[in-house]
Amino acid sequence: MRHHLILRVVTKLLAAPIMLFALYVQFHGDFSPGGGFQAGVIFAVAFILFGIVFGLDKVQQVFPTWIVHRLMALGALIYGGTGVVTMLLGKAYLDYSALAHHPEHGQHYGIFAVELGVGVTVSAVMISVYYAFAGRPPRISDEEW
Amino acid sequence: MASDATHAAMSLHDHLPLLQVVVPMLAAPVCGIIGSRRLSWPLAFAASLTASIISVFLLLDTLDGSIISYHIGGWAPPLGIEYRIDAANAFVLFLVSIISSVVLLYARTYVGEVISASKHVLFYACYLLCLSGLLGVAATGDAFNTFVFLEISSLSTYVLIALGAERDKRALTSAFDYLVMGTIGATFFVIGIGFLYMATGTLNMVDISERIADMPDNRTVRAAFAFIVVGMGLKVAIYPLHLWLPGAYTHAPSVVTAFLAATSTKVAVYVLLRFMFSVFQPGFVFETYTLEFIILPFAILAMFAASIVAAFQTNLKRLLAYSSIAQIGYMLLGISMISKTGLTATVIHLFNHGITKGTLFMAVGAYVLQTGNSFFDRLEGLGKSMPWTSAAFVVGGLSLIGVPGTAGFISKWVLVQAALEKGWWVVALLIVASSLLAVIYVWKAVEVLYMRELPEGSTHVEAPLSLLVPMWMLAIASIYFGIDTSLTLSAAQTAAENLFLGL
Repeated sequence: MRHHLILRVVTKLLAAPIMLFALYVQFHGDFSPGGGFQAGVIFAVAFILFGIVFGLDKVQQVFPTWIVHRLMALGALIYGGTGVVTMLLGKAYLDYSALAHHPEHGQHYGIFAVELGVGVTVSAVMISVYYAFAGRPPRISDEEW
Repeated sequence: MASDATHAAMSLHDHLPLLQVVVPMLAAPVCGIIGSRRLSWPLAFAASLTASIISVFLLLDTLDGSIISYHIGGWAPPLGIEYRIDAANAFVLFLVSIISSVVLLYARTYVGEVISASKHVLFYACYLLCLSGLLGVAATGDAFNTFVFLEISSLSTYVLIALGAERDKRALTSAFDYLVMGTIGATFFVIGIGFLYMATGTLNMVDISERIADMPDNRTVRAAFAFIVVGMGLKVAIYPLHLWLPGAYTHAPSVVTAFLAATSTKVAVYVLLRFMFSVFQPGFVFETYTLEFIILPFAILAMFAASIVAAFQTNLKRLLAYSSIAQIGYMLLGISMISKTGLTATVIHLFNHGITKGTLFMAVGAYVLQTGNSFFDRLEGLGKSMPWTSAAFVVGGLSLIGVPGTAGFISKWVLVQAALEKGWWVVALLIVASSLLAVIYVWKAVEVLYMRELPEGSTHVEAPLSLLVPMWMLAIASIYFGIDTSLTLSAAQTAAENLFLGL
């Protein structure tokens, strides 16, 4: 990859804006098209692009597999945990109106938290799918069978 | 109640229908985040035990025929997702969570021996997800939610089966087979739900059933029924759609097989019951024809064909897998009678067969652990060197045949009763005849275990206590529920009534 100067420079330039855009899609999801899933995919794209250009080892130094695996679970936990919080506040599971004095604000915070969970999980899953494919050994050794 | 619930603070008791599903579901990611091999078993066991306790409460609350409804997010049905617990699903929840706890007791040693240490966390996380998926399918009153939970349980099941690849690579192809078939089944199921949604504009089961009552000749509704029956049929392993089952059960780690055989197909049968009798009413003529001319012959075919195939197997685990297909035939037979007694037979057999097969597969697991595999030539004479395991196997085998004094007898008794009530005495005779086939294949195993000499220099010893205790818990349960039927029979009767009246 040493000779692909343009690719390397452009990737370095793009990685940060892609992540920023992902955060925009994430946190603006309740006003405009977007939300956790789209944001998660876009966020993962930054890492996948980096991985394609600089190699799997480099991107795994930045974002090790064990963190990716933990994040997958964390996202699901944020989603489910929001429901548990509303339950502890005396309303039904995932009844966001429990989260603030005014039910409308509560719904807003609730969606926000849940979408954050979705975003974290989706980006972690996307990255881990890429890791799994890119990190696959080229051939299955005989002992495997 | 619905409008009050949104104002007054809800107590813990109100949340039980939801906690039933959410506790194992959240325990799974916690398990993954902690990532500790030591902590994952206690965590999984605690979650499963909590689910079991909740299921007991729910069962006690619904045994009188009352219905508990829980509105997720505070959105009232039919718009919001509703969890709806009546005697029928409370009974299924009870079966699934109890079996899961017992299997987890067994899993501690078994998983430690059979699955490599790096995968333990993954195993328990998947197990918990599978459990919560199965519980969710049973608890929900929303047709699409059923599909979502079905997928949660199925996807984790594929992983659990594939974990058998550490011993036998064929687990991978079996898991893949199941993945393809299971996905086709789930797709058919969701297409059926899509048609129902098209015809009625709602996804809530009660609402759907009220609306399709007015449109008996609607072709969309008929297509929906056909798709749902075939889709769930794949998951249930109705006779011609059973091809994934023997491989999956044989090559999965025995602890997984014990769990799946006792719960997964049972939950699928429950969904079939729910859709056939609550969503679609039995008055729906198309359904009556389907049951009588399609389900009934295939059920009887399953009882015989699968039993005969079982009798020719050389691998004990595969034998039991085929026997499962035959036993599912009995459940379908109960359904196809479209009577209260028939449904009671199905529901009670669902439970009794669950604990019976749990016992048997746990015993097979112990053999696999001590001898390396479950082919008959390895099992010769093990009745002497592994007396307790073999005794548990015999108890399970007797219950599988339906010998009086075991749980299996009760379900066959009710089934024969239901057949006679309908005047189908030929069917009643066929039930008895197919039980004789069960005698053949169980005897085949017993003969190998007890009548053959131990091979020279055999060093196999009895399975450790940690395997024997859960195995015997289920073995004793399958005797207990054959003698004291007050709980199971009354639960099954209430369940059948609830199902038959519609929701």
